[in-house]
Amino acid sequence: MNTFSIKNVLKKNVMAIALLVIFVFFTIMTKGLMFSSSNVASLIDQKAYVYILGAGMLMCMLTGGNIDLSVGSFLCFAGAVAGVFSVIWYINTPLSLLLVLGVGLVYGAILGFLIAYVRIPPWIATLAGYLAFRGLATQILVKVSDTSAISNFSPEFLHLFSGNIFTSPVFQVKLQKLGLWLNIPCLVLGVLATAAIVVINFMTRAKKAKKGYEAEPVWFVAVKSVIEGAIILILSFKFSSNGDIVFEDLADGSRLEVYKGGIPVVVLWLIGVLLFYGIITEKTTIGRHFMTVGGNAETAKLSGINNKLVMFVAYLNMSVLTVLAALIVTARFSSANAFAGQNFEMDAIAACIVGGVSAYGGSGSIIGMVIGATLIGVIDQGMSLMQIDQDWIKIVKGLVLLAAVVFEIVSKQGKLKIKKKTSKKEKVQKA
Amino acid sequence: MAKVLLEMKSITKTFPGVKALDNVNLQVEEGEIHALVGENGAGKSTLMNVLSGIYPYGSYEGDIVYDGEVCAFHNIKDSEKKGIVIIHQELALIPYMTIGENMFLGNEQGSKWCIDWNKTYAEADKYLEMVGLSDSSKTLIKDIGTGKQQLVEIAKALAKNARLLILDEPTSSLNETDSRALLDLMKKLQKEQGMTMIIISHKLNEVSYVADKITVVRDGSTIETLDSKTEEIPESRIIKGMVGREITDRFPKRHDVPIGDVMMEVKNWTVFHPEFAERKVVDDVSINVRRGEVVGIYGLMGAGRTELAMSIFGRSYGIGISGKLLLHGKEVTLRSPKKAIAAGLAYVTEDRKGNGLVLTNSIKTNTTLANLKAISKATFIDKDKEYQVADEYKQKLRTKTPSVEQLVGNLSGGNQQKVLLAKWMFADPDVLILDEPTRGIDVGAKYEIYCIINDLAKAGKSVIMISSELPEVIGMSDRIYIMNQAKIVGEMKASDATQENIMSCIVGVGAESEGSEA
Repeated sequence: MNTFSIKNVLKKNVMAIALLVIFVFFTIMTKGLMFSSSNVASLIDQKAYVYILGAGMLMCMLTGGNIDLSVGSFLCFAGAVAGVFSVIWYINTPLSLLLVLGVGLVYGAILGFLIAYVRIPPWIATLAGYLAFRGLATQILVKVSDTSAISNFSPEFLHLFSGNIFTSPVFQVKLQKLGLWLNIPCLVLGVLATAAIVVINFMTRAKKAKKGYEAEPVWFVAVKSVIEGAIILILSFKFSSNGDIVFEDLADGSRLEVYKGGIPVVVLWLIGVLLFYGIITEKTTIGRHFMTVGGNAETAKLSGINNKLVMFVAYLNMSVLTVLAALIVTARFSSANAFAGQNFEMDAIAACIVGGVSAYGGSGSIIGMVIGATLIGVIDQGMSLMQIDQDWIKIVKGLVLLAAVVFEIVSKQGKLKIKKKTSKKEKVQKA
Repeated sequence: MAKVLLEMKSITKTFPGVKALDNVNLQVEEGEIHALVGENGAGKSTLMNVLSGIYPYGSYEGDIVYDGEVCAFHNIKDSEKKGIVIIHQELALIPYMTIGENMFLGNEQGSKWCIDWNKTYAEADKYLEMVGLSDSSKTLIKDIGTGKQQLVEIAKALAKNARLLILDEPTSSLNETDSRALLDLMKKLQKEQGMTMIIISHKLNEVSYVADKITVVRDGSTIETLDSKTEEIPESRIIKGMVGREITDRFPKRHDVPIGDVMMEVKNWTVFHPEFAERKVVDDVSINVRRGEVVGIYGLMGAGRTELAMSIFGRSYGIGISGKLLLHGKEVTLRSPKKAIAAGLAYVTEDRKGNGLVLTNSIKTNTTLANLKAISKATFIDKDKEYQVADEYKQKLRTKTPSVEQLVGNLSGGNQQKVLLAKWMFADPDVLILDEPTRGIDVGAKYEIYCIINDLAKAGKSVIMISSELPEVIGMSDRIYIMNQAKIVGEMKASDATQENIMSCIVGVGAESEGSEA
């Protein structure tokens, strides 16, 4: 029996459609400014931390709506510690990165132990971290620097987490007719990714059909591939054309136009992290274990799942991802300061909630979180471009969050009614 | 003849698909202790819920005549106003509040805006004295035992000016001394205050001791009312009324399955309650099950059956577990459900919503949950294979659903039970422990579940079927253990078993009782 219907597809992708509508809205309102290369690129560059922390928060929330409030403060602390290792103590970059990672693992293990094995409620255990790490980070920075910030990170360090690669002039090309510079590797990456997605979509469909399973119609797979491919190609084009143009005066008096384009390192990190967690949650038994613990902890236990280990790993993982986000944020500003990471935990939680991750655990996806994070980012940036006051942006973001949750709950209401009925039946039998 | 205080006339209550009460009549005279007896699921509690307004007026048919007038209770408050107070089987006291606070919860003493604590505790002490409890009303509930807590419940009811007190299984979690004290208190209240009481109980010796009249409920109908004031009523007489139905061909014939060697054996198994560490919930139990055999464990709720099963299944219940577990003749120690599954055990829970299924997940993911290894390589799940497996079981067990992508929460009870069975069949165990496998599902689905059980036995599995339905145990088992109050009190071949001699095993043990169903 085939359960495919357009209605179901639309239902499943409500948030993606909302994102598209909102993006078009802001593009019109800002007369195309929203869609410019620099804005699209900076949207992702600025919000990179949300995607990375969101992946970790998703794993925590899957286990039963558990959150980590210490993310922002610990990010600040990890940045400060990285600065101390790398800048103040002159430890070489690989070793200082390992040390920071070690700090993350230690904190994650302690947090995971407290939550999973001592059974401290997650929000209380992480509230302690939220308070303590902000203070600790500030103290460290004040002690080691007059400006209470550590800068002067080595270029080696910075290039690992910020800036572009493939920046050499041989990778740049100018479309003379349009007067447009493009970075070739960036485009190639986009084309390769598009090709990969199209191939995977059709191969999955073919495999299903061959084995006689329920499969979507071919035209739907084609439309899906076109949309996904278009998004990737547009993004790669935007990044490709986002470099600066500088003019160099040559010895013969003429001026040479030089294009500084490339692939942002942050984008590569994002692709890696999101792909990794996407696969974990969708394709592996690990992801299944997380979802089951969140769906029904008792069932999980009686099905042979080690609930405590799952909780432990969720928070260990969150801390490791926080360290990565800390390095990216520090590199972006070339400085570790005491204000880094403020409210980042809330950004990550909001991204998950808007992206349809269940606040009670058990369901949610990386792609949903990405859409949620982007939707909030677009609202943020779009309203800023329209020069709307920050206070109003906060109000709108709050309402969007609420609307997303209300939508989520109301759309599940039909199922709830059925549950009530059966539970009544159950009562009779027990009586 | 005394005045009739309560009369329930032709009460009929239907739930979607089930007729829970069918034309029930009950008459209670003022100042008498009236006992309601019947098997689990006979409809006793439903009847009391109708009486106390938990199922509001209009949701049932028939009349409640109380104190001469027809009543229409819309909620518990309405019935309490009239003096009808129900004390539920599970105590509804809050552990970290004092006795006094608990007693006047929702009935606070003092002005509308301000609680008068002096009055509260003074009043509380007065009622505590009435029930013979010497503890201060400022003691926290968690610091007194369950026996005393039951007395507090009664004091609480008295404080509400009860005229008709309904006690639902009041002694199910009490030991013998506390039970006797409670029954004596009932008699005292009857004598000194002329209190009218309805007691629901499984313990026939207690019923005989305390009740003036006994009404037998069976399959949602009142069968008869026996008057123990005028004549001595033997327990066997009550049992006959309780089980009087005939076993017809509600059970599929099992193909002749050769019964093999002992697959699993439990010796001297003892388990303590996880919270009340001194309470034994399973006491020195020894059972075994052979290849191709269906062994029934019959017992009433609270007998310790679920506790026994769960403690065997990777120690998922209880503390201080002692005894030996042998699989294929070799002693094993299974410290977690994960190890139990690996050793070839499966526990199909009685509480499929609570700890059997993930209602918000699809049939597909629920089916494969206990054996993800079989559909994955290096942790990567083969989703096509998963679909295939789930679909196969869907067809095999005839689960009624359009697709295995359907959420389990949307299925009916019987189909949910099939998914649960599929989950554990896919785990491919040697021993399946089925805990109340047909609870809450309709007759047609029951028959299908019985067929599945027979097929499992035919395939050489060992099946332990826990049930509180006598006909089911007799109709389905090769051999039957009877469990009561944490102990195995009898073992018989199904061919020798009758409803009467199983029930007598239970009654024969006496009034000592410990443990409650978790």
